[in-house]
Amino acid sequence: MRLTCKQAAALLSQGLDRKLSPWERTRLRLHLLACDACRNFVKQIEFIRRAIRRVADRG
Amino acid sequence: MTVHQTEIAQIEQHCPYLVRYAMLQLRNASVAQDVVQDTLAAALGGLARFAGHSPMKTWLTGILKHKIIDHHRRAAREQPLTDDETRSEGEAADALFREDGHWDVPPNHWGDPERALDNKRFLEALEKCTQLLPAKTARVFMMRDVMQLETSDICKELGISATHCWVMLHRARLALRECLQNTWFGKP
Repeated sequence: MRLTCKQAAALLSQGLDRKLSPWERTRLRLHLLACDACRNFVKQIEFIRRAIRRVADRG
Repeated sequence: MTVHQTEIAQIEQHCPYLVRYAMLQLRNASVAQDVVQDTLAAALGGLARFAGHSPMKTWLTGILKHKIIDHHRRAAREQPLTDDETRSEGEAADALFREDGHWDVPPNHWGDPERALDNKRFLEALEKCTQLLPAKTARVFMMRDVMQLETSDICKELGISATHCWVMLHRARLALRECLQNTWFGKP
């Protein structure tokens, strides 16, 4: 049931690429409640996605 | 003088943008130039079909994306992923975590990163970080996060499994996050 940060980070990343199952989402939610680092991580990879689109749109 | 002179002039105007876009995706000036030339040739050939329904830039970018995907597809066929590359990248990603699955250095808060989006120097730093990614990882990451293709389409084009695709995307994001942390957000 419990996710390590390594597992959580992989799932958070996959959340940008596929629809996570309800079970995966529940486990992630519990992990994020307890983990600042992974909360920062997901915000940062979403930010990187916005930023790289900005890089591409420049010019 | 043909009837299309205006459109041709407009196409020319977008060339620097197209080259930049292709460079970001392909990371090789001569390949980028070839792909943009193919794009311009296709655009000129298709001018009759361009009815001005969408902005010229959007239309041209659409053609360019197809040309880039064609290039990636050919490249993936000619140089499939080697186990060595996959292994060393996997090791780099694993090194970010401790044995027990905790972060080695936990990601800290980046404050208000949105402000950086308008900072030219930040965008350059990010572009530099993408250039450090292994070529094949960069290819998958660009197809997904910039070109916004579905992973199922990327798998099909590159002949890789969905799981492999997710792993590569995750490694790209871990590496880019790490690079931005070191070169931008973590700087004193």
